[in-house]
Amino acid sequence: MPPQATDPSASVALEIKSGSVNLLTLKLADGDLDRVAKQLTEKVQNAPEFFRNAPVVIELGALNTRQSTLDFERLSALLRSLGLSPVGVRGGHGALNQGAESAGLAVLAERVETPAREAPKAAVPKAEATLTTLGGGSRVIDQPVRSGQRLYAAGGDLIVLAPVSAGAELLADGNIHIYSSLRGRALAGVQGNLSSRIFCLDLQAELIAIGGHYQISENLEESIRGKPVQVFLRDGALIIEDL
Amino acid sequence: MSRIIVVTSGKGGVGKTTTSAAFAMGLAMKGYKTAVIDFDVGLRNLDLIMGCERRVVYDFVNVINGEATLNQALIRDKRRDNLSILPASQTRDKESLTQEGVERVLNELSETFEYIVCDSPAGIERGATLAMYFADDAVVVTNPEVSSVRDSDRMLGILASKSRRAEQGLEPIKEYLLLTRYSPERVRLGEMLSVADVQDILSLHLLGVIPESKSVLSASNSGTPVTLDEKSDAGQAYRDVVRRYLGERVPHRFVEEEKKGLFSRLFGG
Repeated sequence: MPPQATDPSASVALEIKSGSVNLLTLKLADGDLDRVAKQLTEKVQNAPEFFRNAPVVIELGALNTRQSTLDFERLSALLRSLGLSPVGVRGGHGALNQGAESAGLAVLAERVETPAREAPKAAVPKAEATLTTLGGGSRVIDQPVRSGQRLYAAGGDLIVLAPVSAGAELLADGNIHIYSSLRGRALAGVQGNLSSRIFCLDLQAELIAIGGHYQISENLEESIRGKPVQVFLRDGALIIEDL
Repeated sequence: MSRIIVVTSGKGGVGKTTTSAAFAMGLAMKGYKTAVIDFDVGLRNLDLIMGCERRVVYDFVNVINGEATLNQALIRDKRRDNLSILPASQTRDKESLTQEGVERVLNELSETFEYIVCDSPAGIERGATLAMYFADDAVVVTNPEVSSVRDSDRMLGILASKSRRAEQGLEPIKEYLLLTRYSPERVRLGEMLSVADVQDILSLHLLGVIPESKSVLSASNSGTPVTLDEKSDAGQAYRDVVRRYLGERVPHRFVEEEKKGLFSRLFGG
């Protein structure tokens, strides 16, 4: 018998899980904290409820070429005085990261630098969409989407495992995946994400659109009708490609 | 525990009332206490198909408004005494139906009856949405042509989102496809969608295929649910449908063209 079973103090008091959360990002274009303080104060005053106790990540990418240090203690204090809660930094180079760490801020991994991004880039030029940084807004639908129904994945991908009927409408801020027939409308990247894509196993769509660039059924080529395809934008043109 | 079945379609003229009458009669013939309600307030037809139009005194709206009791309004079928009809009002419109009223009538009916068949009006407005709101099962009547299929699809979307089961997060309504007015010959000629085409679009469990048949019209005219006509192909098809609904495994018929014998070929039978 394991000793834990008899020792009540050893029962599980915590659990470690990985998860993704959406955070506000404060993108610093300038290291001049006086100007930052002035402009940020204005913004927070305009929408105090939106910012109240909001956790914030400080994006340092734009400062890398400009300066080697930043007064993170002062920046943190500024954010706290405005009711924000700084949790970490990202995108900075080594010295900036060190400064942040010594001020008690976490240095967050930068997704752009993960090698996963490189592979598709080499295979298909301009394939930025392969790694959308959209977070928790994805929706998975496993029932048929019927005529007249409208589904929207705000801030993420829409994944449908059943047929989408004529007269149905799918919208997503990110990509749209349909592992069945698409007979209705599919509009990806409706908030303007031009790198989003549409994937489906049987293209019979009434309309497909990415970031507002659309094509209607009448203009679809016969050669791709009824086939598994992906749809993406290249130089402002909608490309439909066999999968 | 009673089961509420809605017979619906979206599109008009596809055979909802014929199906409601035939299905309710089929359940009664199997020995179940069955009630069939006409939700088509203002365009009352079920009483004609059931052959009880001369016996209507009170109707569904009277019961909802408390002007008559349920027992006063229910008409007991003369052929099967375990089958009752609740006729619609012809002089009102669908706004007379209230959700609370419909719920009260259905609750009262469930105390006596094992199956309650709701004959939905066409469209997706109040009458139709109330007919399906409290349903446990839905029979979606579809003709093998594109506009009927699309309307059925729309109705399926409403069943999945605006019913009591959907709103309370209960197990969803069980949906069945019933293909009516089917003619294998016209499918062969390319004038009609095939069973496979319709199933491909609607991806739904097929409850049955009712062949296009003259017996349906004559049954309607004489006020006899077609299920009672043993000789008719449509009557047999509806009997199969009821058996399948009750869980029996019955092979589908009337899907393929009948092979004509030598005599019928020679004499154009």
